[in-house]
Amino acid sequence: MSSLVLAVDIGWGATTAIKTAVVLAMIPAGALILGYVFLLKTMSHMQSRLGPMDSGGFHGWFQLLGDGMKFLQKEDIMPEDADKQVFAMAPIVVLMSTFLVYVVIPVGPELYVRNLDVGIFYVLAVSSLSVIGVLMAGWASSSKFALLGALRAAAQLIAYELPLLLAVVGVVMQAGTASMNGIVQAQVDGEIFGFSGIGLPFILTQFVGFSLFMIASQAELTQPPFDMPVAESELVGGHMVEYTGFRFLFFFMGEFGTAFAFAAISATLFLGGWTLPGLDMNAEYMKIAGPIILFTKVMLISFLMFWARFTYPRFREDQLQKLAWKFLIPLSVVNILVTAAFQVWV
Amino acid sequence: MSDSPAIDIDPQTLNLLADSQLNLELDNGDMILNMGPQHPATHGTLRLVVRLDGERVLSADPIIGYMHRGYEKLTEYRTYPQITTLINRIDWLSSFANEVPFIHGAEKLLGVKAPDRAEYIRTILTELSRIATFLLFLGEMGLQVGAITPAFYGFRDREHVLNLIESATGGRFHPNFNRIGGLYKDLPWGWTGECKRVLDICAKSCDDFDRLVAGNEIFEQRTRGIGIITPEVGLSYGVSGSNIRASGVDWDLRRDGEPYLAYKDVDFKVWTHPDGDSFSRYWVRLQETRESINIVRQLLNKLPSGPNMAKVPKIIKVPEGEVWVETENPLGQMGYYIVSKGSTGPFRTKIRTASFSNVSICPWLLQGIYVPDVVTVLASLYFILGDIDR
Repeated sequence: MSSLVLAVDIGWGATTAIKTAVVLAMIPAGALILGYVFLLKTMSHMQSRLGPMDSGGFHGWFQLLGDGMKFLQKEDIMPEDADKQVFAMAPIVVLMSTFLVYVVIPVGPELYVRNLDVGIFYVLAVSSLSVIGVLMAGWASSSKFALLGALRAAAQLIAYELPLLLAVVGVVMQAGTASMNGIVQAQVDGEIFGFSGIGLPFILTQFVGFSLFMIASQAELTQPPFDMPVAESELVGGHMVEYTGFRFLFFFMGEFGTAFAFAAISATLFLGGWTLPGLDMNAEYMKIAGPIILFTKVMLISFLMFWARFTYPRFREDQLQKLAWKFLIPLSVVNILVTAAFQVWV
Repeated sequence: MSDSPAIDIDPQTLNLLADSQLNLELDNGDMILNMGPQHPATHGTLRLVVRLDGERVLSADPIIGYMHRGYEKLTEYRTYPQITTLINRIDWLSSFANEVPFIHGAEKLLGVKAPDRAEYIRTILTELSRIATFLLFLGEMGLQVGAITPAFYGFRDREHVLNLIESATGGRFHPNFNRIGGLYKDLPWGWTGECKRVLDICAKSCDDFDRLVAGNEIFEQRTRGIGIITPEVGLSYGVSGSNIRASGVDWDLRRDGEPYLAYKDVDFKVWTHPDGDSFSRYWVRLQETRESINIVRQLLNKLPSGPNMAKVPKIIKVPEGEVWVETENPLGQMGYYIVSKGSTGPFRTKIRTASFSNVSICPWLLQGIYVPDVVTVLASLYFILGDIDR
């Protein structure tokens, strides 16, 4: 949302306000798109049912907005023994972490809020803030189910933050920078054994890293097969069990907004972000085409995420820890070593 | 304990002391979690009081009776033909199979024998309700382990079978189709062809579950070695049906019990599994669904012609006597002990349902496992609340 896009140079204050507004709008928009396309439609198709068909006329496109409105009308129930302030703050903390992730994602040549030098590590840092919100919700709602869910979420985050981080290290080593824009640039400039026709999308060299990133982000998002914190069949919703109405909507938007953000990050790190081989990334039309390309990639990656979500049963907490510590972390370390060896000798 | 020191203290204070001692013992940091009566994992109103140390279950007590409808007592006030309406609702997923043992008991007391065609159709419908019940289980188990999709497949394919039952009997869930001495009506025109088509769908569905659920690595991790029922313990708790066959006990009333229906005319295999864990219970039910499909196919090919009703009086008065009839129902052994004093209704009926015994093993079975496994073990036991509480 740079001033160049707007064609007129407006002041810093106005630019910041516009950026904030756009990022704020991105979360519900991303959540709605993913919710509609995957949760309502793809899932229904996979489960051989129609999904919503009536509201809005065309294939029930209005359903999620209607659901949102329904949540607004609901009574805001707070358990009697709840820690009122913490209970009320928890959904906002969760949503805030989602909000902060969007800040560094480059959507086009000049379409980003901030180009931080430590971009990708900033993303991983703020995305783990959400677990604080989850813990707050679990403690404050004075429900045993919520408490169990929140503690599971905390244990899960510790286990999965590490492979997530280590999976990214390979990309950062290859790109030579941690800035999101820098990583996109590196993928365009890269070449495969001297052939520079399609650049070098890091998924080709970092396929192990990509797989690790997808698995770990699935755990980070608490989606099946790693959804024990929510576990609707045993903990009936985990930390969200006592939330109703608008506060529940916050959690819902946070979940899908983060899914959208992680898909965008994954597309940026491994698939070349908003660029496409064959298109000149400095051309004027990329200002329009860039966001569309990124959105397509995000949808592709989200499809993978949601496909796994609809197919797999869930792990048990201890099995998840075993998977993380005994398999994913060693594998990601090996990935880093191999990448380093290639960087030095090849 | 006989030589405990005599304490010179008044009983009131002693009681108070005992109470405080109890409170001290209770306050040991364990968490008591109430699962149910409203909980998605118990599919019905089973309440499970689970004492937890972290995520580990120290003890679990099932509390039943939230759905008690007093059917045993109600049978004393109904005539024999009316009672089938009641017992339809015991195990509501396989209602037709519930009717069979009761009707058999009444027929035995009355000395009536249903014609061959009626017995064949009864067998077909019993096996169809078994298929419907198990298809639901095969999907439902996936849901309890966390995969949503199999549940929808289960519901979708069960619907074909239910449509079939409905087209024959007029009732989707509660057919109420059996009469003493036969069946209310013959099969409708073209039913057998339709039935064969649906059986193909069910066979394909079984293959799907085999790959989607039983073949899934996470599912195996979650169910293998969890909730192991050893044959001795299982038998001592009265566990029956697929649950005990999954523990390696080769016992099926269709084959081993007193001959009933048309099972003597069909060739089928009784599946067992040596492990006794949740996975083997799933696997055994999967194979039994296939076996049921096989049974129905055989029966459809040899369906005899003839009347669907034997000659019975308009008003049925059953002579004095007692009878015990047991059958292999989808959930396990189901039995009726009917005492008749010569009137139009039974004097007393004792209903032995499978789920009651299957759930009674819970306190023993759920010790020392984790909370998520409570759900999978319960799901693998596969009980129906109506079948527990009656």
